[in-house]
Amino acid sequence: MDSTIALFLVQDGLINGAIYALLAVCFVLLFAVTRIIFIPQGDFVAFAGLTLAALEMGVAPGSALLLVCLGVACALFDLAGLRNWPPAGWLLRRLGAYLALPLVLWLGVRDLAPMDLPVWADICLTLVIVVPMGPFTYRLAFEPMRNASILALLITSVGVHLVMMGLGLLFFGAEGYRSTPIWGGTILLGPMMIQGQSALLMVCTLVILGLLWCFFTRTLAGKALQAAAVSARGAELVGISVETAGRRAFVLAGLIAAIAGILIAPITTLYYDSGFLIGLKGFVAAIVAGFASFPGAVFSAIVLGIIEAFAAFWASAFKEVIVFGLVLPILLWRSLTNPHDEEH
Amino acid sequence: MTVLLSVEDAAVSYGAVEAVRGVALQVASGSVATIIGANGAGKTSLLSALGGLLPMRGRVIYDGHDITRLGTADRVAAGLALVTESRDLFGTMTVEDNLRLGAYTRTRAEAAQGIEEVFGRFPKLKERRTQLAGTLSGGERQMLATGRALMSRPSVLMLDEPSLGLAPLIVRDIFHIITELRNDGIGVLLVEQNARAALQTADHAYVMELGRFVMQGAAAEMMHDQRLVETYLGISGAGN
Repeated sequence: MDSTIALFLVQDGLINGAIYALLAVCFVLLFAVTRIIFIPQGDFVAFAGLTLAALEMGVAPGSALLLVCLGVACALFDLAGLRNWPPAGWLLRRLGAYLALPLVLWLGVRDLAPMDLPVWADICLTLVIVVPMGPFTYRLAFEPMRNASILALLITSVGVHLVMMGLGLLFFGAEGYRSTPIWGGTILLGPMMIQGQSALLMVCTLVILGLLWCFFTRTLAGKALQAAAVSARGAELVGISVETAGRRAFVLAGLIAAIAGILIAPITTLYYDSGFLIGLKGFVAAIVAGFASFPGAVFSAIVLGIIEAFAAFWASAFKEVIVFGLVLPILLWRSLTNPHDEEH
Repeated sequence: MTVLLSVEDAAVSYGAVEAVRGVALQVASGSVATIIGANGAGKTSLLSALGGLLPMRGRVIYDGHDITRLGTADRVAAGLALVTESRDLFGTMTVEDNLRLGAYTRTRAEAAQGIEEVFGRFPKLKERRTQLAGTLSGGERQMLATGRALMSRPSVLMLDEPSLGLAPLIVRDIFHIITELRNDGIGVLLVEQNARAALQTADHAYVMELGRFVMQGAAAEMMHDQRLVETYLGISGAGN
């Protein structure tokens, strides 16, 4: 291997690592606020990429109809859980979010998709379709079991992932798609040629991580999420509803996953089930960081991406084995140095 | 003085075990009501239920509104704040961040005013404003927990064992602050094992045994009640 190949592998690793970093941050955020290890995180990445690809082809994406189904289920859950007639404002807000928004989107997107929209409009539509899936999934699968153990939440999370894969196949079909690059140019950096889309992905990742840092350290809403993660009871005692915090965390995770999907859709062909492997690597990075540290998760994700790139070069058949095999010694080391009970 | 918090026929259960039953109490503005009793009497369970942390039967009327079905966060927004025995601070965040989050349900201007008031009441917190809450001493943690609750500008403040594990000098400061809060018009509901200090500070007292109130009345009169003196003040009196 010469230095040029090594540089290309590092570049590849950084690109993959950037996506894993975004997902790892989502894993840490959701676990800290809600104690949920959200396995379907990667599914949203694939759904976003497939939604964008469908819009570019002038086809109404299946995800719009999926959102309607999720919204109807959420509304039914809310109505079934009522013990008294709720205030009109509450009812309007809930029905607006769960029924009106998805229906308007679904009807709108059927008319808009064939109109050859500019790329920014496709991206905006993708975001408004995919992001609400995060809080909707939280409402349907996790809110009813808010006092469950971490293990029960994890089992539910795996179940939700399997359902999402099935729904993905139903709404997107088995074929793979790739969207056109948002930035098609190339950048020459010494001996390295970087694709415009790859550079855009890295810059966007850095910007998102920077914005997240500002959100958590500079804004009251970010500190409230952090507070809910540090002490759920303490958060309730200052007026921060832990349920609302959970919903906001899922909005944020949905948004990050959707952006990740939009950014990688032009780089790799996405299938309905592609999200699982991508998400699993973010999950491994989050594990290495102990599901507790954002900078640790980002660093682990980048290292993981680079190891994956080199593993693909030296032993491509064992690429995944090497990446996932790494988690075993780290888990062993963590369990020996940091023995915690099941709930912590 | 107007009655701000009124509890009717409250009951709290842990499965089949009834920790609190048939309890009624009132807290008026500008007054301190205290609940005294031995360990396991049900005091903390009652206070946690009033704060919305535990499910309960009965009715809780706050400022004329039935808040029995409201969650903790909504009760705080309404003006009913609770400081728990375990303080529940955000240990990895600074003193100032803890206080600012205390005003989560208030406007930015109210938060800015509130933080100055809290620093005025607890100058020690101002010195420690950039320190992590998890590194504070026991007394400072109690001050921060009380200050954080005051940031939500409550009309009724419920304090669970504020003197627990604190040095006598700090306990004196804490009770002095409770008196100040009463003078500022806040209704205080105080659960305390230090019966003597609680009765000296309170206007009205309830004695709890096995989940029920077995005695209640003006705190000053109860200080001289023979049974109370023997049961709750005897040892405490000898110690002080």
